[in-house]
Amino acid sequence: MSKIVRTITNLLTPFILMFGLYVIMHGHITPGGGFQGGAVFASGIALLIVAFNSAKVQEKLKERHLSVIESSGALMFIGLAFAGLGITFFYNFMVGSSIFGQIPPEGSNPGYMWTAGVIPLMNIAVGLKVIAGLSAIVLVMALASSNIRIDE
Amino acid sequence: MRKTATIISLVIVIVLFIVTAFLMHPFGQPPSDMDDYIIENAQSEAGANNVVSSVVFDYRGYDTLGEATILFTAVTAVVMLFRRRKEETIN
Amino acid sequence: MTEGIFNIPFIAIAALIGISLYIMVVKRNLIKIVMGLAILEAGVNFFIVSLGYRSGGAVPIYTNVPQKLMVLPVPQALTLTSIVIGVSITALMLSMIVLIYRHTGSIDAEKSRKLKG
Repeated sequence: MSKIVRTITNLLTPFILMFGLYVIMHGHITPGGGFQGGAVFASGIALLIVAFNSAKVQEKLKERHLSVIESSGALMFIGLAFAGLGITFFYNFMVGSSIFGQIPPEGSNPGYMWTAGVIPLMNIAVGLKVIAGLSAIVLVMALASSNIRIDE
Repeated sequence: MRKTATIISLVIVIVLFIVTAFLMHPFGQPPSDMDDYIIENAQSEAGANNVVSSVVFDYRGYDTLGEATILFTAVTAVVMLFRRRKEETIN
Repeated sequence: MTEGIFNIPFIAIAALIGISLYIMVVKRNLIKIVMGLAILEAGVNFFIVSLGYRSGGAVPIYTNVPQKLMVLPVPQALTLTSIVIGVSITALMLSMIVLIYRHTGSIDAEKSRKLKG
């Protein structure tokens, strides 16, 4: 791509990735969560693939590492679901007084970070899964279509 | 023959949709008993300010589990479909 | 019959679904058929969210909310799942179109109908 696109991409990419991580982490206070923040992060990676050559991005970001990240996100989600099996499946066992265990006051309040039990950890697990999955889809399809043009 | 049958069935389906849009409940007054209970008790039971997040992960966790499975299957299928080309170019 | 005469969002969604059904049935280019499916999924997601609207309601989040009346939160949670399923289906269909183009050389829906041995 031209020099203007590459310069603007170099300036904008850290802010886009940081905004995606912010939307994932504050999923229990503001609108957002795992799926939305993961989509923002993956669109930042798609901007990198469009601006620079997809072969150059593939040197730094191989699909084997993306597969490991996605599988670990899925395993963390299932592990948190099984951990409350003393009462039922998917039980919110951290609402008490543990790390994430405050209960917010009734009605309208400014948001408190250390509330909401097991929900922030599930947000992180689903966010990792969506980041790795959507980035792998975009990277593999960009590599396949560039091979077609080279062979003809 | 095939074209006229296609167009007639399309017109019948679209007319049925528009008639249903006139017969539904008035826009802005939905019947809601379950959602009133969830809005009242989401802060004390799930402990989160965000009612939509607590519905997605706490009250309806099975749907999120099924959706994570679908996303995983789709990513595996797309990466598997584009795998053979690299062996052909290496050979 | 006359209680739903001002349901303008529902009539607009019926028109959107009708347009997408026309595209999927009549057109012959494979990429246009995939676009019709994407418009259909957008129309259905819009319909699910608009079912849960209360007049004068606020966002269902308790952080600095100005009033107690809120819109329904459950349709928004179901739409989240539906959007992710739509993205997965569109990605899979587009990669199959790339493979069909590699094997037969054209993206006409009539030319790739016969099963070859």
